Amino acid sequence: MTNLKTTTTLFFFLFLIVMTSLPSITLGDEKLIESTCRQTPNFNLCVQSLKSFPGSATADVRGLGLIMVKVMQSKANDAINKIRELQRSAPSPALTSCASKYNAIVVGDIPEANEAFSKGMPKFAENGANDAANEATFCENGFNGRSPLTQQNNAMRDVAAITAAIARQLL
Amino acid sequence: MEGIEDDVGHVPLLEAEEEEEEGRRPLRLRGSYLGIFGSTVFLVSMAALIIYQGHDYYDEAKIENKGNNNNNYNKVPRGVAEGVSAKSNSFLSETTPYNWTNAMLSWQRTAFHFQPERNWMNDPNGPLFHKGWYHLFYQYNPFSAVWGNITWGHAVSRDLIHWLYLPEAIVRDMWFDINGAWSGSATLLPGGEIVMLYTGYTHQQVQVQNLAYPADASDPLLLNWVKYAKNPVMVPPPGIGPNDFRDPTTAWFGPDNKWTLTLGSMLNDSGLSLVYKTTDFINYELNDHFLHVVPGTGMWECVDFYPVSINGSVGLDTSANGPGVKHVLKASLDDTKLDYYAIGTYFIENDTWIPDDPDLDVGIGLRLDYGKYYASKSFYDQNKQRRVLWGWINESDSEVADITKGWASLQTIPRTVLYDKKTGTNLLQWPVEEIESLRLSSHEFKELLVKPGTVVPLHIGPATQLDIIAEFEIELLGSEGIVNNVEGCGVGAVERSAFGPFGILAIANDQLSELTPIYFRLSNYGNGTSTTTTTTTTSTSFCVDETRSSKAPDVSKQVFGSKVPVLNDEKLSLRVLVDHSIIESFAQGGRTVISSRVYPTEAIYGAARLFLFNNATDINIKASLKIWQLNSAFIRPFPFHDTQ
Repeated sequence: MTNLKTTTTLFFFLFLIVMTSLPSITLGDEKLIESTCRQTPNFNLCVQSLKSFPGSATADVRGLGLIMVKVMQSKANDAINKIRELQRSAPSPALTSCASKYNAIVVGDIPEANEAFSKGMPKFAENGANDAANEATFCENGFNGRSPLTQQNNAMRDVAAITAAIARQLL
Repeated sequence: MEGIEDDVGHVPLLEAEEEEEEGRRPLRLRGSYLGIFGSTVFLVSMAALIIYQGHDYYDEAKIENKGNNNNNYNKVPRGVAEGVSAKSNSFLSETTPYNWTNAMLSWQRTAFHFQPERNWMNDPNGPLFHKGWYHLFYQYNPFSAVWGNITWGHAVSRDLIHWLYLPEAIVRDMWFDINGAWSGSATLLPGGEIVMLYTGYTHQQVQVQNLAYPADASDPLLLNWVKYAKNPVMVPPPGIGPNDFRDPTTAWFGPDNKWTLTLGSMLNDSGLSLVYKTTDFINYELNDHFLHVVPGTGMWECVDFYPVSINGSVGLDTSANGPGVKHVLKASLDDTKLDYYAIGTYFIENDTWIPDDPDLDVGIGLRLDYGKYYASKSFYDQNKQRRVLWGWINESDSEVADITKGWASLQTIPRTVLYDKKTGTNLLQWPVEEIESLRLSSHEFKELLVKPGTVVPLHIGPATQLDIIAEFEIELLGSEGIVNNVEGCGVGAVERSAFGPFGILAIANDQLSELTPIYFRLSNYGNGTSTTTTTTTTSTSFCVDETRSSKAPDVSKQVFGSKVPVLNDEKLSLRVLVDHSIIESFAQGGRTVISSRVYPTEAIYGAARLFLFNNATDINIKASLKIWQLNSAFIRPFPFHDTQ
């Protein structure tokens, strides 16, 4: 009997603790990420990408945009590495074209989006991100349906589209 | 989510406890048992609710890509509404990789439109005339063909056409502009002093307004500029966001003996213009009411505010006012990347402005240019008493092409702006007359007949640098009283209707595999004697169709256009400036203007041609044209080494 009383009391204390801390654990830090990602074309990918960066929990929308640009950089690097690998084993004009498109993403679109988010000019971040998505799409289209880069192009296009959508929220 | 998991993990403990206590004191146990069970159910359902809510649906409807994004490649062309383009989906069916050759990319560079030698440009800034020189400043990236590292580029000209590059005028070297030396305007004071107000982005990421002035006012080239030591002179007022405060206008002097200026901002998605007053350009007072506000238009960039004479024959100084004067308010909408204007009345007593027609208010009515055009800015040219308008024309190709060719963006040919006294609803824009100094040889054609469904080549020699002035007469064929209620531009020049489209094909090749139609499309046509109903009204649309301007899949190819007012006694007229990858088209003396970027792969150099076309079904067209070859403007660095 005493055992049960103790257990029950303990349980109710635990109940109280959990109920009061629930809101901040589940709704506080992540609420902005969720509401921001809801306004992008791919909620799950957006949340997952942002959460993989430690600063995302405390970032404002502009900060989330900057994080997505880092994600874009990482996807661009993946694509470039794959392109280099393929250029050794199976070179083609389509592959060369893709190389120049990803170069444009890395030297043009990403720096533009980065600076635009940092300097409060989100319309140029939207431009850069949209262009990156397009470059990836054109790269993919260049293979006539037999692309060795589908995974990388899709990843690039998807994160770029998310980045553009975040920029639009700042307009 | 860790808390939830811990919680759920506690449930088994309770069950274990219950088993142990079973059989002893049944009544009491049942009570506590129920309590615990109830709490558990409550807790678990709370947990479930929170987890479920976190992975809820997302609102895809919010991602519609508004406006004139040059890289918008929707899969399904939208229905065409007035002034809105049907976006091309043709690129998705292109499967071969496209390679731009150096020849194709080099051809794109213009011969007589202002552009820097290389790299990125955007908004025109601080245009002015001083000591015999026209000055143009512009947002410039010294390092790359994309936006970034923005400083003020600078160029001068005697005639608004032949430009000479100068060193950068304003660089980002103070805390109050270290993150951006953005757009601004010049005010010329009666004593000859020049003050420049521009937006700076501070080290703390706040948009502020800064004062700068020439280091040496006697220098006609205005090479060096000094920033006021105690900048900024204006900071975002309470209630205005630190990123919603930019692009100050030229100031105007009022009967209160103060200078007034305005700059754009927004509150809750309403675009608006703030009003500041100053006597010394150092200390400013903010008015407690806005010059104007229009809900739902978003942030107003590059606001422009100036008087026009309703007599419509000369431009007016920015400070002009009185009977016979109306005021134009213009804003560049951040949300849609489009420039809108409205004509209205300025109440100088309380510095407010209202449009003549609230249905044509700023941001919802007329556009200065229905093509690729943004961030326009006008200035009063005291040299020739005209108001001159600049506009930024961005690229519509992909950035990989911009990076390869090493540059991006143009300015329009400067245009005079006048109030259209015939309609009372429009402004008239027209290329400055100095462009005529570029005219070389000309060809003239009188009343060329173009039958329905035909194309007539115009043998004029090279067709990439042209000034075309054309008039069209319509000849009704056969049956009278055709009622044809088409509106707008259709999906392009291929869409035939009774009274249009007809016009010219620019930057076209012989095979017509690449072409850019510039055309009129009428809804109805009655010449008095042949209409059976007196209630027939004609609406005329003026359009540019880029959908077949290039075979390349990675350029934007849209149909641009709008209705253009045509009065009863007017013939249909157009003027077109063709300059490689830019085409500026003016209808009815400049009532409707469309700037267009084209990036052909075949219709370049000697292969480019000019044609007349008539794709209407029920009318003949008689076209009269005068076409000049235009010389290059030889825009180049200022020749400092020459003895001047």
